[in-house]
Amino acid sequence: MVNMEDLTDQHFDILKEIGNIGAGNAATALSAMVNKKIDMKVPAIKVVGFNELMEEVGGPEEEIVSVFLRIEGQAPGSMFFVLSPNEAESLAQQVIGDTNFRLHDHASNEFGLSAIQEVGNILSGSYLSALSDFTSITMQPSVPNVTIDMAAAILMQGLVEVSQESDYAIVIDTTIEEEGTSAGATKGHFFLLPDPGSFSQIFQAIGV
Amino acid sequence: MTLTTTSIVKVGIADMQLATSPAILKTAGLGSCVGVVVYDLARKIAGLAHIMLPDSTASSKPPTNLYKYADTSIDQLVKTLLKQGAEKKALEAKLAGGAQMFSFRSSNQMLRIGDRNVEAVIAKLQQYQIPIRLKMSVVIKGVRFFFISKQAYWR
Repeated sequence: MVNMEDLTDQHFDILKEIGNIGAGNAATALSAMVNKKIDMKVPAIKVVGFNELMEEVGGPEEEIVSVFLRIEGQAPGSMFFVLSPNEAESLAQQVIGDTNFRLHDHASNEFGLSAIQEVGNILSGSYLSALSDFTSITMQPSVPNVTIDMAAAILMQGLVEVSQESDYAIVIDTTIEEEGTSAGATKGHFFLLPDPGSFSQIFQAIGV
Repeated sequence: MTLTTTSIVKVGIADMQLATSPAILKTAGLGSCVGVVVYDLARKIAGLAHIMLPDSTASSKPPTNLYKYADTSIDQLVKTLLKQGAEKKALEAKLAGGAQMFSFRSSNQMLRIGDRNVEAVIAKLQQYQIPIRLKMSVVIKGVRFFFISKQAYWR
């Protein structure tokens, strides 16, 4: 268990680099999928309280679309790929080639939701395999779950492990975005939330 | 703790607030978390807790935030209500939340945290002999939980 107070600038730089490598790889994968240029923002490492994390995605009541997977192996944790409903809808339309897809049309949205789940799975998979290569830590992602719900309801599930020991979580937050800021441009957040015990594993693997 | 008597009182995650009529207690985005309101109708006083985890003793360290766990949170809730003039015999409770947000085939206990939270809250309320007037467990959907003097509702 690494105490938050003991983390140095060097530790934060390493976590930033993890976000960089992971999301960079995921951005390349997304770019190949939608055949568009994808930009990546500089990762932010945040030490946040539970209520603060919700504000990152627009507040606890904000509706979000998330692909969630648990990471098992030497350094367990939770991984979220978060989109706003509009972004998810536009992403699904591009991937399945159907501009009539509507996220909230429960009668016929199954195919599009499945596409979002698969995109989240591929992107998270690229993120984690890059991270796994970098650290030589084995990481096995679980089957992804796609959920449309309030931010607090979704994100708290990823915080359960962390909350057992701490009132804060270390979040590696990276944003990828379609080039240009036209309406309907895809912009997604990756939240990587290592379990409390995983930080020492990660730092040890890198030799800090 | 000061009592709020007007407007909407927001309860955060791992948080607890008290209010008197006609204030509205509100907490949002209950997934696996449980929202529990304990109230004294005659004296028009209520407290709402947003609970994340079932058991404070499962942690290796003493709890830093008592409102995070079912056991310590309900202890605080009842204690504070009585201190603010509520009558022990008049207390009643309503609860919402405790969803299973994701379906994994994992045996990991953490993934059925919703069920365990509900079980822990019910056990703790029974220990205080507080009757549960309403229980709403959503299976896979997050809820908002409101409590206005005489009724609890969600959307």
